[in-house]
Amino acid sequence: MAEFRMPSLGADMRTGTLVAWKVKPGDHLKHGDIIADVETDKGIMEIEVFENCIVEELLLAPDTKVPVGTPMAKLKLEDGAEKETIAVTDREQPSPPPAIEVPTIPVPELPQEERLRVSPLARKLATELGVDLTQVKGTGADGAIHQMDVEEAAKKLQPKPKPAEKVVALPPEAKSPEAKPTTTDFQAGMRRAIAAAMSRSNREIPHYYLETRIDMSHALQWLETENQKRSIKERILPVVLLIKAVAKALTDVPELNGYWIDDQLQVQEAIHIGFAISLRQGGLVTPAIHHADLKSLDELMAALRDLIERTRGGHLRSSELSDATITLTSLGDIGVEKVYGVIYPPQVALVGFGKIAEQPWAERGMLDVRPVLTATLAGDHRATDGMIGARFLQAINTHLQAVEKL
Amino acid sequence: MAITEIQIKETIFKLLKNIAPDSSPEALGQEDDVRETLGIDSYDFLNFMIGVNEEFGVEIPETAYGKLITLNDMTQYILAHAQS
Repeated sequence: MAEFRMPSLGADMRTGTLVAWKVKPGDHLKHGDIIADVETDKGIMEIEVFENCIVEELLLAPDTKVPVGTPMAKLKLEDGAEKETIAVTDREQPSPPPAIEVPTIPVPELPQEERLRVSPLARKLATELGVDLTQVKGTGADGAIHQMDVEEAAKKLQPKPKPAEKVVALPPEAKSPEAKPTTTDFQAGMRRAIAAAMSRSNREIPHYYLETRIDMSHALQWLETENQKRSIKERILPVVLLIKAVAKALTDVPELNGYWIDDQLQVQEAIHIGFAISLRQGGLVTPAIHHADLKSLDELMAALRDLIERTRGGHLRSSELSDATITLTSLGDIGVEKVYGVIYPPQVALVGFGKIAEQPWAERGMLDVRPVLTATLAGDHRATDGMIGARFLQAINTHLQAVEKL
Repeated sequence: MAITEIQIKETIFKLLKNIAPDSSPEALGQEDDVRETLGIDSYDFLNFMIGVNEEFGVEIPETAYGKLITLNDMTQYILAHAQS
């Protein structure tokens, strides 16, 4: 038996609303199947499972809003293995410390809190919410404290929660028609979610910033020639070159592709680029383009088209929202020259591109006018130093100068 | 029967409305920068061009993108190329 719980689709997600089940008891699910639609501050997401399993029981009714980590369904793993929860993203939530300790090795006396079994996510949340972990009762294996335990404890700390922030799992019939979220609520929710994630980033992550100018003459000439061979539907946008150049630069400088978790850099092998997509109603979402380094330019253009359509249509998948290994934000379309980004935790870097605009360019003692792109990097100084960041920006430049090899 | 300027504009408005449903393309002035006024990014603009191609059978080379800034530019370009 395993539990399917409300997933966390990003550092800024605290609650989610079950919109609809896509399965019924008795259904067999396999890796990647959609189990439910869940509404978050960033829209409705399709939640996948990553284990082969059978649905035993659905525990929540549609329209129910619950904190992250709340059990939503009971599932039976098809391989018969016992597992506490079902993974709903490719990148599983940071797991609690292993249940088995080696008692024979003498260890220095640690403060009381350090001996508690606490998941990294719960520990972070406790710091944010000001919860004393020694006072929290863990509901996990061997009393391990999970995120939802901290949230429960935090609720008790607040004597009178404001009605607007209160999260109650109401049965659908108890909801009045007026309770339906409005566009204003949605936007306010998204602003709050962005504010929470970015405040945390600014508070916890010591950023360093680098910028470089890149001569785009060759890349744009190549793209124009390439696009002339294509029908209008097959054309490639310049931003696709940028995505691929970033992906290839990450293979050269992998230290910027990963997460800062448990006070250490966890470099990820897969390169999933979170691409910032603005929503017409306001706000933005950064779903991941999976394995961007392995995709051709045509495949990347198709992936981008698919992702933008689904983001704006509200049909993103849970894995796309939670497993980006770096974020890329391109604001050139809106005329901005340089982007100074804020890292999306637990990622360790964010790349920003401004518009490609004609600028004076001096080279070999000659002054010329060329299409120039300003690329910036916001790096997590805990994870890397400016030297690594500089190598990364240089690698992007190198790949854009050899665009035919992208 | 040759397509008229009014028909072209109506179709342009429809295409723009599809891309930016919350905008009012009808309120565009003849010389307003369409992308800037309606907040259309390069992805949406490419979709708009695909729509123009499908509606009028006009193939717009990428080199012409930079010339299609205003409603007037677009209408005149389509008028010239749809009839040729």
